[in-house]
Amino acid sequence: MKFKDQHIISMREFPREMIDHILNAAEKMEPIAHGKQKSDMLAGKVLAVLFFEPSTRTRMSFETAMLRLGGDVLNLGSVDASSIAKGETLADTIRVVDGYVDAIVLRHPKEGAAQLASEFSIVPILNAGDGAGHHPTQTLLDLYTIKRESHLEGLKIALAGDLKYGRTVHSLCYALSLYGAQITLISPKELRMPEEIISDIIARGAKIIETDSIEDAINDVDVLYMTRIQKERFPDAAEYQKVANKLKITIETLKDVKPELKIMHPLPRVNEIDTKIDDTPHACYFKQAFYGVPVRMALLGLVLGAIE
Amino acid sequence: MTDIETELRVRRIENGTVIDHITAGKALNVLKILGLPDSSHGVVSVLINSHGKYGEKDVVKIENRELKVEEVDRIALIAPNATINIIRNFNVTSKNKVHIPSFVENVVGCINPNCISNSDEPITSKFKVDTEDTCLKLRCFYCGRMISENIAEHLL
Repeated sequence: MKFKDQHIISMREFPREMIDHILNAAEKMEPIAHGKQKSDMLAGKVLAVLFFEPSTRTRMSFETAMLRLGGDVLNLGSVDASSIAKGETLADTIRVVDGYVDAIVLRHPKEGAAQLASEFSIVPILNAGDGAGHHPTQTLLDLYTIKRESHLEGLKIALAGDLKYGRTVHSLCYALSLYGAQITLISPKELRMPEEIISDIIARGAKIIETDSIEDAINDVDVLYMTRIQKERFPDAAEYQKVANKLKITIETLKDVKPELKIMHPLPRVNEIDTKIDDTPHACYFKQAFYGVPVRMALLGLVLGAIE
Repeated sequence: MTDIETELRVRRIENGTVIDHITAGKALNVLKILGLPDSSHGVVSVLINSHGKYGEKDVVKIENRELKVEEVDRIALIAPNATINIIRNFNVTSKNKVHIPSFVENVVGCINPNCISNSDEPITSKFKVDTEDTCLKLRCFYCGRMISENIAEHLL
């Protein structure tokens, strides 16, 4: 399996063996990610972090991953202070930056931006989110969290919230279909997962159940994956509030769940998970945010050829 | 209508290409895809809603230019039953059906306004052609958005 110099653009073309290989590599990175072991695996290598949109977790965990492996990070900084503000195309920006660094992490507001960057770059491009398009490293860290905290084989998972626009849940469903998961989709009818995605993932081997109530599904699943519902998707505040309250979980919601249930969330949350749940063994979202580091370390090590 | 009357409407060509069996009403879109008449100096004749053996069809005749099959395959997106006849000295020297290509470039624009291919970048639009269902679908190579209806409306 060849990862060196590969671009990481979307999960769509990732076969299961490649995903498993990355997850296994991530497991070996965990002690380094925790700071318990030192590594200079990427010493002398430089990573450019080009974020055309704000981000906290993704940007910081990529930077941490590079630093923990002994590499250096070059940050674009503010878009307003760069040549992009003068109207430079993304293609030109990439052709300039690839001369300075060994790999580029890119977040951009337009769908397909990472694909375009990969056509112009001589160094690997790692897609950190392109508009409503792909965010493959989020999917990989979600899978890694499920593997570490629950199990990927024979998984019963429920995804709740905005399943219509949420790119995170779309690519997670595609990836979980490779493992034959049983997926329950919980959303109000306005935010249902698009029909073409549902039929795609069924064709790839997943079993799908749809409902609009968390209570209907939560007692039967191993993992509950919550997502944030965005206010701007609704015509008025009252309608938003109605839906948001319906998709909110509290300690009370968890009274009959499996003891091993894990609750995940890509964060940031608003009020869909009551903070009282944070101290229960079900809460998994902060660990999930940490797992972004070993997963991104594994990817950087692989595409830069430090590990195979 | 007699054969002679039809002949008078659109005359036979001596040399060139006749694209026959174009889906009725799509001839002008076919010209657009092929960049005609700009890409040819010969006479280009268009017959719209002509009566054929299998119902109405459009026909395009291009004089003094032989189109290559792969050049014409792109029209299969909107006229999948079209045939390409190469004419020499008033005789048909070869007759081929168009093939639906697996990939098209710079023919159709992406319907997603937020797709990078619709911004001011030095790239051309690209689509993978999906023919698995009976309905032909185009998937944008950049953003993945599908076009499954009214493809002609999105021609560049």
